[in-house]
Amino acid sequence: MHMPRSIAPWEIARKILVKSEGKANFRYGRKPEERTAEEYMRYGVINLDKPAGPTSHEVAAWVKRILKLQQVGHGGTLEA
Amino acid sequence: MTGVLPITLEESTKIVQALLYSGKEYVCVMKLHGEASEKRVTEVLKEFEDTIYQRPPLRASVKRQLRTRKIYYIDFLEMEGRNVLFKVGCEGGTYIRKLCYDVGEILGCGAHMQELRRTRAGPFVENGNIVTLQDVAYWFMEWQQQKDDAIIKKLIQPMENALALIPKIYIRDSAVDAICHGANLTAPGVLSLETGINENSLIAFFTLKGEAVALARAACSTDDIMQMEHGIVAKTERVLMPRGTYPKAWKSGET
Repeated sequence: MHMPRSIAPWEIARKILVKSEGKANFRYGRKPEERTAEEYMRYGVINLDKPAGPTSHEVAAWVKRILKLQQVGHGGTLEA
Repeated sequence: MTGVLPITLEESTKIVQALLYSGKEYVCVMKLHGEASEKRVTEVLKEFEDTIYQRPPLRASVKRQLRTRKIYYIDFLEMEGRNVLFKVGCEGGTYIRKLCYDVGEILGCGAHMQELRRTRAGPFVENGNIVTLQDVAYWFMEWQQQKDDAIIKKLIQPMENALALIPKIYIRDSAVDAICHGANLTAPGVLSLETGINENSLIAFFTLKGEAVALARAACSTDDIMQMEHGIVAKTERVLMPRGTYPKAWKSGET
C-alpha cells in the first residue's frame, strides 16, 4: 500500500485572512524593491548557481570577498 | 554547475535557518550496476516517495544517527541504458547518494549517484534570477563604476524573497518597533495573516509594505489568532529589521 505523499513546502497554497483594517504610513519604512544598492547588499540574498568542485562554504567565502562583505551564509550544502 | 545555492548577505544571514529547513529539489543521474526494466525502476523510485530512514555517511559533518527525511515526490524522467534520470523533491538534509544506493539495493542490481543538480532550495529555483560567481564579480565591478542601482538589483534579491514559503503575519506599523526591540506579538498588532499557521510553526512578521520585521514562533493557529482579542500570538525569535526604522509607538515600563 502506498500512503498519500507529503506536500512539499512550495506546493502549499496559502490564503491571506484579514483580522483588522490598517493603513501603511509612508513616512516610515520602504518597500523592499525601493531599497538602495547598499541596502540590497546588507539585506539581500543571491540565488547562486554553484560551480562544481568547491564546497558551499568556499563558494560563500568567495562571494564575501568579491562583494567586500563582513558576513555571508549559505542555504545548505548539496547533500550528496 | 551544481545548481541553486542561496547565499545570504550580512543581516540576511539571520534567515539561513529558515532556508535550511525549507526543502530541496534535485535532478539526479543514477547509474545502475546491472540490468533493470524501465517499469521496475519507475516502481521502485515511487516506493521511496515516503518518509525514509537514512544514516549520514561516514564523511558527513553531522552525528551519524539514523534519521528520517520526507521525500515529497520522485519523478522518473528517462532512462538510457543503465543511466536513470529522475527528479526528487525532499526535505533539507536528505542524502541523494544514499537514496541512489538504497534504490539499487531494492532493485537488486545495485546503483550509485552519477550526477546531481539542485533545481530548488526553498523558494529559489533555476529561473531568470540565478547568477554565477562570474556574474557576481562582473556586475559588482560594473556597479562600482556606473553607480546604477539597477545593476545590483539584477544580482541581489531582497531577503523577503527568501521567506516566500514561510507563513506570514502582517502587523501594524505601530507594533513594528516593539518587535524590533524583541517584544512578542500580541493580538491587537495583527492586521492579517496567512492560513496554515499552527502552534510552533516558524513564521515571519511583515509590514504592510512587504518588509520583513522578524522570524517568530507561532503560539497558536491561524484560526485561534483570528478569534483572539488579546494575548501573545507569536514569540519573536530573530529580529531582521533595524530598530528605529519605524517610530516608537509603545511606552516603557516607567511611564
